[in-house]
Amino acid sequence: MAETVLRADAVRKSFGDQEVLKGIDLEVTQGEVICLIGASGSGKSTLLRCLNLLEQVDDGDIWLDDQEITDPRIDVDKVRRSVGIVFQAYNLFPHLSVLDNIVLGPVKALGHKRADAHDQAVELLDRIGLADKAKAYPDALSGGQQQRVALVRAMAMQPKVLLLDEITSALDPMLVGDVLDVIRALRSEGMTIVMATHEMSFAREIADRVVFLCEGQIEEIGTPEQIFTAPRSPRTAEFLTRYLG
Amino acid sequence: MSPSERQLERQRFRRRRSLIRGAVAAVSTVLILGGLAVIVTQSPGWPRVHRTFFDWNDAKDAFPSIASAFVLNIRLFLVIEVLVLIVGIIVAIVRVVPSPALAPIKLLAIVYADVFRGTPTLLVVLLVGFGVPALELQGTPTSLFWLGVIALTLSYGAYVAEVIRAGILSIHPTQWASGRALGLTYGQTMRHIVLPQAIRRVAPPLLNDFVSLQKDTALLSTIGLVEALRQAQVISGHYFIFTPYVVAALFFIAATIPLARLTDFLTVRSLRRENGI
Repeated sequence: MAETVLRADAVRKSFGDQEVLKGIDLEVTQGEVICLIGASGSGKSTLLRCLNLLEQVDDGDIWLDDQEITDPRIDVDKVRRSVGIVFQAYNLFPHLSVLDNIVLGPVKALGHKRADAHDQAVELLDRIGLADKAKAYPDALSGGQQQRVALVRAMAMQPKVLLLDEITSALDPMLVGDVLDVIRALRSEGMTIVMATHEMSFAREIADRVVFLCEGQIEEIGTPEQIFTAPRSPRTAEFLTRYLG
Repeated sequence: MSPSERQLERQRFRRRRSLIRGAVAAVSTVLILGGLAVIVTQSPGWPRVHRTFFDWNDAKDAFPSIASAFVLNIRLFLVIEVLVLIVGIIVAIVRVVPSPALAPIKLLAIVYADVFRGTPTLLVVLLVGFGVPALELQGTPTSLFWLGVIALTLSYGAYVAEVIRAGILSIHPTQWASGRALGLTYGQTMRHIVLPQAIRRVAPPLLNDFVSLQKDTALLSTIGLVEALRQAQVISGHYFIFTPYVVAALFFIAATIPLARLTDFLTVRSLRRENGI
């Protein structure tokens, strides 16, 4: 049995009167890819933001390895260095070149030498075929290229887990493929990934487990094969028919 | 490939149209400016106005002493601009930081911004210039230069703080989240990600405040600093001519132009870099 990297225990979160997460239990094991699916507003993004401590949970706890990270006494910045996250848009810093975007975290947060961080960044960019864009600024890149750089930037921090929050939702279909290729490559390198997505066929292809969220609760969790072909819950079935037509 | 007949026809039309537009603009400019010149110079009082405000020889005589007095204005606004930027950034940051521990300082920052934005600059100058030395406190500056610097820094720091605060608040929240998600601290995120973008975004209104500040160094004449306006006043009072004022005005105008061009240059440069144009 692989070791658990990240674990959520009865996590609750409300915004005002709106209860967005109503007790989420989830275990993420080393090297696993989990896809969160569900309608907009079902709590996918909020769950990811809670796992990264960008949102404070109202109740329940989250464990990273054997440390409870919802403990207010822990160093939040240290946790975030080992849990990477990429958002739907506005990830890159527009006033910094692609290279400086990638180098910033390792240099400022991890205290790496600039030269080392630089070499690592060039190598990562080379791997996703964007080495020639190192000196470019984010706004000069296409949306797909920007998201690939954002992925690389998160990877440069060498996180234990990578959280992806609908990172292809703002892209036109032609550009989605390139971004998904990068995720495939990360998976084959053994990266642990939790991603919220609307790309059902991709989820089916890449996920070890698929989690269907509905109104702030995990309605169903299972292998992609099981979820997509034989959903147990009628709500899962309904959601999938609407999505897959 | 040569352009199609249709495209050539379009180009001919566009050329003709821009020629006509240029001609209309030229003619109307000459007419309006010429008309104004005629109205002013034909007015009954023009000879006297010309003698007192626009006398070439008076201007030449006043030029050297006003020029050397304007050096003081330049020294003043260069020092004040740096200090204003520092005060503005600090006050703006204090106001946006969500730390409850800072509550008393935050309150102070709010009171500061409200009071000094609400008080006429001239009044601040008089209060600091005459009030602070009157306290006879140990360590308070007595040099008029530094009293002037303090007065205008207090007044403009409040404006600039609000401009910078608006800039900080205009940065997309995901930029904050991205910085924090990389494990940067709040301070690092502010320093490396949010503030650089915020300052760039508010550069034009910031420049506006600096231009205004450069002109307001003339207010310091009221506490006895002999800067360009004061010097012009002295000459004017002596010979009963007003041309020195016009000379002083030209100095103030000339001083704002480099600042405007510098900002244009910086804006264009960052646009070019960031948009790859």
